[in-house]
Amino acid sequence: MTTAPAGAQKRRTPSPRPTGGPGRPDRRPATARSRANRAGLAFVSPTFLVVLVVVVLPIAWTVLLAFQDAKLVDIQGMGLFGNWSLDNFSDVFASAGFWSSLKTTLIYTAGSTAGSVLLGLVAALALRKPFRGRGLLRAAMLLPYVAPVVAVAFVWEVALSPQYGIVNDWGSRLFGWDDPIAFLSTRAYEVNVLGAHFDIPLALLTVIAFECWRYFPFAFLFILARLQAVPSVLEEAATVDGATPLQRFRHILLPQLMPVIALLCVLRFIMTFNKFDDVYLLTGGGAGTDVAAVRVYDFLTARYDVGAAAAQALVLAASLMILLGFYFKFFGNKVQEEA
Amino acid sequence: MTGKTALSRAQVEDRVLGVLKWLVIAFLAAITLLPFYYMLLLSLKPIDALLLDPGSLWLSAKDFTVSTYQDVLRSTDAGGQGFMRFLLNSALVSLGTVLLTLAAAVPGAYAVSRLKFFGHRQVSALFLAVYLFPATLLAVPLFVIFARMGLSSSLVGLAVVYVAQTVPVSVYMLKNYLVTIPYSIEEAAALDGCSRLQTVRKVILPLALPSLMATGLYVFMIAWNEFLFALLFLAADPDSWTVSLGLAQLSNGVEVPKTVLMAGSVVLTIPVVFLFFAAERLLTEGLTSGADKS
Repeated sequence: MTTAPAGAQKRRTPSPRPTGGPGRPDRRPATARSRANRAGLAFVSPTFLVVLVVVVLPIAWTVLLAFQDAKLVDIQGMGLFGNWSLDNFSDVFASAGFWSSLKTTLIYTAGSTAGSVLLGLVAALALRKPFRGRGLLRAAMLLPYVAPVVAVAFVWEVALSPQYGIVNDWGSRLFGWDDPIAFLSTRAYEVNVLGAHFDIPLALLTVIAFECWRYFPFAFLFILARLQAVPSVLEEAATVDGATPLQRFRHILLPQLMPVIALLCVLRFIMTFNKFDDVYLLTGGGAGTDVAAVRVYDFLTARYDVGAAAAQALVLAASLMILLGFYFKFFGNKVQEEA
Repeated sequence: MTGKTALSRAQVEDRVLGVLKWLVIAFLAAITLLPFYYMLLLSLKPIDALLLDPGSLWLSAKDFTVSTYQDVLRSTDAGGQGFMRFLLNSALVSLGTVLLTLAAAVPGAYAVSRLKFFGHRQVSALFLAVYLFPATLLAVPLFVIFARMGLSSSLVGLAVVYVAQTVPVSVYMLKNYLVTIPYSIEEAAALDGCSRLQTVRKVILPLALPSLMATGLYVFMIAWNEFLFALLFLAADPDSWTVSLGLAQLSNGVEVPKTVLMAGSVVLTIPVVFLFFAAERLLTEGLTSGADKS
């Protein structure tokens, strides 16, 4: 798109730019274009400036800090450059729990992304056809997404509490749980199924469930909007041809929804990978839920080790970009269709 | 497969899915509404009633109390938790963020949607690329900058950080709406002698009002709910805590009953949920516009 008008312009005005140019009909479009160009740059520059000052420059500084030995106390007198070292990175890679934290982050992110998109898809399919109270339910379903994270995290914490939580109370009454289950502080919960022992990472699963619950409305919104744009003719034709509801979903709806599902997966993956508040508020990063974002926070506030925190954050961003690189290499066309 | 078996399979599926659909709807209603009902319920009970019967989903008349709310809202001098002050702080930061973000995003969105300037395609992608970097990555340098400038416990600093977080998505949302406004309207304005700025102010902005409101609402939501940066920048100064931060700190306090905590949660949730229900349609359309075009 961008190259086509430029090429056309070249063909029409072979002579260089002098303003005295050949004829009026030739000069007009060129000046209109350059005027639009100038106006465009003028309009975009305030936005660009804001993004530059509050986003790009700080990130650039993080990169610098990651290569310096910087503690918060002595950063006041420190220059921007100097004291180069790779110590932060070797510290980060060598530090206890780095790899396990990266693994936890990956499980947490993948589980939450898949869960929330799947739940959103199911919800969108269920609420597709009109019924009484649909509008109200649709609005209510967005509650987990719009409500403040601090408030809903505390509701979950209280509801899941072993002492006064409603979940354990009902669990012991309905399912006969012997002991109250500490959902948010149990690293490995032992389950016996048919004589076999399993250890399930209960706290991590609970945090993933929370994340699915909180973000399925986001997926629901996008999928429902796309679902309503699928032409009904397609499905009617398939019905006439004798396709069952499941076949219609598999062969008609799903292909139509795939681009938006792919886009949602990418968006949710990026957002969840960097998520801090949810895990911090629910478990504080304990009991096997030490995701990388919480580690950065700990480096920053518990040890005031700015350099290590920056290096850790940078490693996190780099791993995310590598993952996204792989994703776009294999599924890139799907996402681009939608965006 | 003969016609008859296919038909019966379709019937079976129809019936099963018909039942399943209502089960799913009931399940969804339960998981979205119950937690909020539970929050409201606990906030109206004394702590003894909760400890006595944790599984109760009802509120008996003799238990009903609003003392939890009094405790939460009263100022700290009067022995309460001072949430009135936090509400004011949150409102100031969120409104400031909305105004600043819109001021910064509108010209950019207009330029990206209308003007074919050098690099106009790359710019919108560039803005969204901001989200590839974790908020934690942004947190490190901003923490240092604010510590250095002494802004670290000021609400202005916090608003600036929120602007950084919300400008890219605002540009994206506004742009999606602006491209749907016919170009001929602008040409008509130009023929009538409007300059570009006048056109934007008098023609485009009034037409884009629904989108401006949806975007503003979304930004307000993000700013009101935000926690990480408030925790990093304001933790040391209780006078400038936002409601989110105040609530989180309340939970760390010893001797704070969980029912009071729930009352705080209700206070934090109500403004944003109220705003959301007032403009639900606007917001959902603003967020997903562009998603329904194949």
